[in-house]
Amino acid sequence: MIKKFLAFVGEYRRYAFAPPLLMVGEVTLEIFIPFLMARIIDHGILGNGGIQYTAKIGTIMVLMACVSLSLGALAGRFAAKAGTGFAANLRKGLFNKVQEFSFSNADKFSTASLITRHTTDVTNIQNAFMMLLRVGFRAPLMLIGATIMAVRINGQLAIIFFAAIPILATALYFIGTTAHPRFRAMFKKYDAMNATVQENLIGIRVVKAFVRESYEEKKFQENAFMLKNAQLFAEKVVILNMPLLQITMYLSILSILWFGGNLVGKEIMGVGQLAGFISYVSQILMSLMMISMIFIVLLISRASAVRIIEILDEVPDIQDTHTDSNRFPPNGSIEFQHVSFKYSLDAENFVLNDISFSIRSGERVGIIGGTGSAKSTLVQLIPRLYEATKGKILVGGKNIEHYSINKLRSAIAVVLQNSLLFSGTIRENLLWGNPNASEKEVIKVSKIAQAHAFIDSFPYKYDTMLGQGGVNLSGGQKQRLAIARALLKKPKILILDDATSAIDTVTDSKFRAGLKEFSSDTTILMIAQRISSVQDADTIIVLEEGKINGIGSHKELLATNRIYREVCESQEERIQCHVGPHA
Amino acid sequence: MSGPMRKVYGKVKPKNIGRTLRRIFSYMAEDRIQLISVFIFLLFSTLSAIFGTALLKILIDNYITPMIGNPDPLLKERFGKVLSYMAALYLFGAFSTWASNRLMIAVSVNTLYRIRIALFAKMESLPVSYFSSHTHGELMSRYTNDTDALREMFSRSITNFFSSFITVTGVFIMMVIYSWQLTILVLIMLVFIMNAVSFIGKKSSTHFSQQQQKLGIVNGYLEEMFEGLKTVKVFSYEEIAKERFRKINEELRFSADRASTFSNILMPVMGNLSHIHYAATAFVGGIFAIKGILSLGTVVAFLQFTRSFSHPITQASQEFSAVMSALAGAERIFGIMDEPIEKERGTIQIISTNNNSNEKDSQSNGKDKFWVRQHPEKSNAEPTLTPAKGKIVFENVHFSYDKKNLVLNNISFQAKPGETIAFVGSTGAGKTTITNLMNRFYDLSKGAIYYDDINIKEIRKKDLRRSLAMVLQDTHLFTGTVMENIRYGRLSATDEEVMEAARLSNADSFIQHLSHRYHTVLTGAGANLSQGQRQLLAIARAGVANPAIIILDEATSSIDTRTEKLVEEGLQRLMRGRTVLIIAHRLSTVRNANRILVIEDGEIVEQGDHSSLIAQQGRYYRLYTGAVELV
Repeated sequence: MIKKFLAFVGEYRRYAFAPPLLMVGEVTLEIFIPFLMARIIDHGILGNGGIQYTAKIGTIMVLMACVSLSLGALAGRFAAKAGTGFAANLRKGLFNKVQEFSFSNADKFSTASLITRHTTDVTNIQNAFMMLLRVGFRAPLMLIGATIMAVRINGQLAIIFFAAIPILATALYFIGTTAHPRFRAMFKKYDAMNATVQENLIGIRVVKAFVRESYEEKKFQENAFMLKNAQLFAEKVVILNMPLLQITMYLSILSILWFGGNLVGKEIMGVGQLAGFISYVSQILMSLMMISMIFIVLLISRASAVRIIEILDEVPDIQDTHTDSNRFPPNGSIEFQHVSFKYSLDAENFVLNDISFSIRSGERVGIIGGTGSAKSTLVQLIPRLYEATKGKILVGGKNIEHYSINKLRSAIAVVLQNSLLFSGTIRENLLWGNPNASEKEVIKVSKIAQAHAFIDSFPYKYDTMLGQGGVNLSGGQKQRLAIARALLKKPKILILDDATSAIDTVTDSKFRAGLKEFSSDTTILMIAQRISSVQDADTIIVLEEGKINGIGSHKELLATNRIYREVCESQEERIQCHVGPHA
Repeated sequence: MSGPMRKVYGKVKPKNIGRTLRRIFSYMAEDRIQLISVFIFLLFSTLSAIFGTALLKILIDNYITPMIGNPDPLLKERFGKVLSYMAALYLFGAFSTWASNRLMIAVSVNTLYRIRIALFAKMESLPVSYFSSHTHGELMSRYTNDTDALREMFSRSITNFFSSFITVTGVFIMMVIYSWQLTILVLIMLVFIMNAVSFIGKKSSTHFSQQQQKLGIVNGYLEEMFEGLKTVKVFSYEEIAKERFRKINEELRFSADRASTFSNILMPVMGNLSHIHYAATAFVGGIFAIKGILSLGTVVAFLQFTRSFSHPITQASQEFSAVMSALAGAERIFGIMDEPIEKERGTIQIISTNNNSNEKDSQSNGKDKFWVRQHPEKSNAEPTLTPAKGKIVFENVHFSYDKKNLVLNNISFQAKPGETIAFVGSTGAGKTTITNLMNRFYDLSKGAIYYDDINIKEIRKKDLRRSLAMVLQDTHLFTGTVMENIRYGRLSATDEEVMEAARLSNADSFIQHLSHRYHTVLTGAGANLSQGQRQLLAIARAGVANPAIIILDEATSSIDTRTEKLVEEGLQRLMRGRTVLIIAHRLSTVRNANRILVIEDGEIVEQGDHSSLIAQQGRYYRLYTGAVELV
């Protein structure tokens, strides 16, 4: 796992190497200070070095501290550069990965969860990384250095805390392994609570309309309560850390005082040396404390690390395994050969079953079917937004898998049922279809989509700002903009997935008339509910429960297809729903 | 990328620290005793550490030094005793550390819990207009980024701050007692430290606040791109998105780099300043010891004190920025809590007897389950109880969302109890607004709306809404089982009533095909169902509420016409005896309405039933026949 993360350090590598090296210098200098102090005591004060000796050593100590300061500050600077650079690369890598997701990949993660992985989780990793670079090297170095110095003073005394360290290490290990699963559980509860909040924000009108405020509050309280308990459960373990360390530290110091005191009494050791020894023990235990703190931080950030890895490891299931990367689909012909689809491999039922049909380039095709007959899914297979489980799909005479995904999609425009608009001007949103389109082209498609009229009525016209999700437009206006955006692509295949549901019938028929003039060799697939929308199509496909129930023109289907007839009859009386002698 | 609604995710500098702190503490008030215990234990643990160090002087001067070359067993014995006292003291100190932390966590999780539920409760009572003018991302950030910062503050900063404060004070006092001369050195060093802290601190917080701002921008962009991921794929926008993200990510990195640098430098600077101080103390102290001005033990102890002095100061200054950003976050949270809630000035109640076996409702045929209760002028008279009939009158209603553009202009109509009124017209003509007003999500600019001849302003909002049921264009189902989602319409509905409502709306047949039928769990916003299926559930939900008035807002437009026929049947059953307002584009839906209102540009242009409007050959006629004539 660590290797995967280290790859993101990238160009900041040299900044990452610097702190540890600088630390060596800083720590070495720091370690000598108690040693020098011991000399002052033993030689300067108690011995016969006197003031001169004391002054000399004292000055050296001060100089060493100054150098140590600059080294430490530099190390801090470099650690910051490396850490924040690492985090930026990580965020970029995550974002780029998500952009490669297919619809199925995206279905696995909620928006809120994706966002927190890019922000909170990356920040946790960044902090862990920076901490490692600085304290992570400093503490062990300090530990080793101070130990060496302590042993130099008196090896026997040193045995005391050599005994203490393994005990401490074992205890810390147990704390760590117990805490980790508890923290993971806590983060899960955290996610659940946030999901509740998001749902309420999106559906606040429904909550208020059904007067369910107190119900939602109770639900939230339960979530928050569970989170509270999970957090308590996890943190309870972590706090054992500090007291353990303190006990070890103090008891070690006391035993050193006892044994060391005896040694001093026997004149084996000097008082200064004892003082120095104690100083080193403090340094050692301080380092141990730092190490345990690192341990805890790593523990908590491990949960974040796992969440980030989940995204990095996600294999986009629609890969570009094209054989001919330069080809664009030459025309808009579509062929389905025994295509079946289910959302996931372990789902029981196929959503689409053995679909086969053939459409010529430039045809107008209508698709009609009951709720849940998988019409949307069918058309989303064409630009490979989802991948067919079985069978082949051909566009322009070639298997769609033989085109590069980008070139395939550049020839196909889809207007989804819920087309999102983004913050920015109306023009910026429309240019998503073609960033290089001219103003004339933009206005032309807006007119066909019946959007130009209302855009023109705004004070800023095409420069009008849209808020998030395009909130200051009505449903029908949003749909018309989405259509215009799609038209700007000048696609070979235009797919309208119930794209006119919020548009009234008059506007809708004006649109279809304009569409006819727009392009005669664009294949148009229109999923619709109204027979009136599809009756003038060249071919109509009737879907029922994932299978094709009938194909043909309006007249043909009226004569041969029961479902089509029923639907037709249930709509406007004005359409002729009977053909020939059939009653 | 920046739009007019894009708000920065909060500043970092809190505006009124004192007031915010007090408010936070008010949420801790319930755990007052525990909090005080925390501080008591902290006091013990810090003091025991300080005394331990103080005893060093005594040990060295009174025991160890005399022991040099002098093996006195009595001295040794007393030495041992003192050490054991110290051991007891230290053990108690360690226990106190544990106790204070343990209690502090409990206090902190409780406080966070209280703040969160208060925030949520407040949010639920805010008017609908608040939600339209703030992005979701911003509001969610309160529950995540801002409470996270508070958690940091509680779990570490407060205790560290306090123990550092005690340590520094205690140590300083000891230092003065031991040697006022050396303490002067301490004061000199303090000056240096204060300057360093203030310089670094200022730089750090400027960059830090910039970082938070950039983080907010990144957050907002991520939100949009991920919500709209499918649209991004459809338009092959990936490369452009990646490039735009690269830019804002780089800006974030730059600010973060600067901010981290300064906060990273703090510790080495402080640490080494204290080393310099240590060195100077050894220097000067050594000379004093030689001259006999101070005892050796004093110098050694003092040296140890200097260690204990600067460490907490460094720690405290590190915590400072964490505390500041936590307070800024708390201010944003409290900002929401201070927002004015939906005002309630209505006094008239509409109560439901759906659940009581009251003799009153045995008269009704199951429809008049809502009753209007009014307290007359004289306060000691009995409230009157009349069955809710569902009569609606709109009288000269004018309304605008932004106080500038009129969305509804002089709308007047009547709906007698049990009538079905249909609204048709082009998109954006104001039909959805009518439902917003009926629910009192917004209040009128001019005119009045009457429910059973009572101005709806005088009816309690919650009661009014309870007696209406809506099926909106966006269905908004919640995470939970199918049963729970339908029961949302009326929490007291029995399982049988829920299933009956589902049968009426013809949702039952597809529910039976789900993996766990009514107990199938729906994921966020009902994503594993098709649009049409969601609509059917929403209709069942409205049905189970057994309302006096039903409002259908383009409900049937996402269901194919074949299924719609079945739904229409169910709806007919549902609508019988109730007043219904239907807003639709599908002319087949409105055909059977008692009255059709054609709305254009916020005004009623035509009124009448289907045949009379057709005869008029006006707007309705054109709308109706437009669908057919263009071949």
